[in-house]
Amino acid sequence: MNLTTESRLEKLLKRGEFVVTAEIGPPQHASAHEIVHHARLLKGYVDATNITDCQTAVVRLSSFAAAVHILREGLEPIMQMTCRDRNRIAMQSDLLGAYSLGIRNLLCLTGDHQSFGNHPTAKNVHDLDSIQLINMVKRMRDDRVFACGEPIKEHEPRFFIGAAANPFADPFEFRVVRLEKKINAGAQFIQTQCIFDLERFSRFMEMVVERGLHERAYILAGLTPIKSIGAARYMQKNVPGMIVPEELVQRLRKAKDDGKNVADEGVDICVEFINKVRKIKGVAGVHIMAIAWEEIVPTIVQKAGLYPRPKAD
Amino acid sequence: MIVAEQKPFAEIAGFVADCNKILVAGCLGCVAVCLAGGEKETEILAAALRMHRRLQGKPLETVTYTATRQCDPEYVDAMADLVKDVDAVVSLACGVGVQYIAERYPDKWVVPALNTRFAGGSVAQGVWEERCGLCGECILHKTGGICPIIRCSKSLLNGPCGGSQYGKCEISKDVPCAWQLIYDRMKALGRLEWLLEYQPPKDWSKSRDGGPRKAVREDATI
Repeated sequence: MNLTTESRLEKLLKRGEFVVTAEIGPPQHASAHEIVHHARLLKGYVDATNITDCQTAVVRLSSFAAAVHILREGLEPIMQMTCRDRNRIAMQSDLLGAYSLGIRNLLCLTGDHQSFGNHPTAKNVHDLDSIQLINMVKRMRDDRVFACGEPIKEHEPRFFIGAAANPFADPFEFRVVRLEKKINAGAQFIQTQCIFDLERFSRFMEMVVERGLHERAYILAGLTPIKSIGAARYMQKNVPGMIVPEELVQRLRKAKDDGKNVADEGVDICVEFINKVRKIKGVAGVHIMAIAWEEIVPTIVQKAGLYPRPKAD
Repeated sequence: MIVAEQKPFAEIAGFVADCNKILVAGCLGCVAVCLAGGEKETEILAAALRMHRRLQGKPLETVTYTATRQCDPEYVDAMADLVKDVDAVVSLACGVGVQYIAERYPDKWVVPALNTRFAGGSVAQGVWEERCGLCGECILHKTGGICPIIRCSKSLLNGPCGGSQYGKCEISKDVPCAWQLIYDRMKALGRLEWLLEYQPPKDWSKSRDGGPRKAVREDATI
């Protein structure tokens, strides 16, 4: 098998396995206790785990350190890196450090604007944008050069490079073009924004397939189980770049009216969506983002018939 | 032009609380156009400071002068006689003017009356908007005449982030997404394929990061 990196995720994708990734959000303190707890819960149920990088611009334990903690637990991390807080010097430095500690997957992101977080008066960096970051990581690996063009004489970092795509943001037609730019820049796997509008996602994937992008990168469909009606409403109204159809909220409401547990219904919806996206041409796996609800992931994976996970070797 | 707005009155009054006589210096350049530091605003600020101090029982003497441009040594020189016997100069120019006065009169206490906001223009009566990030290397030919450096809240060069929705930026429903504007315009001009081209990292040394910038026109120097 012709692999570009030592990533286990790359190996599974290349082998044609339908992969499952999940997400762990680091805490707002200096203990790895919860990270380790979540890693132990997810072990065996997912192929790799994303570690968010100060998501929604709230200060949290770094994605770099959290990735090392879960690596020690025997899980494969996908370290997320945003362009909001670091310039190209800090980014490359962290990439060298992360690789030296065994991190093999990187997800390159723009990053939420600082005005969403707990330091709204901070200065954002955006020295590079996410596409330039992708290209820098690829050049470090394949051309063995730093961003400035100077050679990396030995031990270049060899990351399996990921990027995000949001089919629910605008301009819709440009989203596939932007995805192509990311792939041209070096992205090898793509994790999408949470899918609640299946029709729009299907249209997006049609355009992806039309351009042949599914053959140039592995596309993992992003899914989020909804825990409560309030959470659904919040995402519907307050999270930019998300589409939560009204019928989904109504379905949760009906479940509540029928005396069912709303969270259970949320899990059922998520499982249904996994089964539906699996049938869409070009989808290579799912990325489950159970926000502040990591412990539900094993249930979802089991109910979706995706357990046990394949062995890499 | 440079768009500025006056600082809160209490802040300006605080700067000169221990002075007995001040020069209030306006500017007829950009700040006059954006109604922040022209002749009228200069006289009003001087009068307000005098009234405020009279009410405090500690009268303040003011002299006023509105320079053609405070960013030009020639016009800053012209206020030498007035600067001589005041305790402080309150400048209603942009940050450039304040510094020009401070440099020209090194033993004088010079304070800003304005907050210098941005390089922009008028969009409606009494409303100004930022248009240029002064990055030192213009790319407007690649982006349909719309600047992503300053109009995109993340200065993205390769298209909109995932927070662009319904034409708006993720930071506010009142802020148009610069990349939506760029996309619409490039589409209308039939040049969408330009947006597929990868834009490499920007040379920020030509921007603020490179220290104070200098522009020299050899043919205009003596």
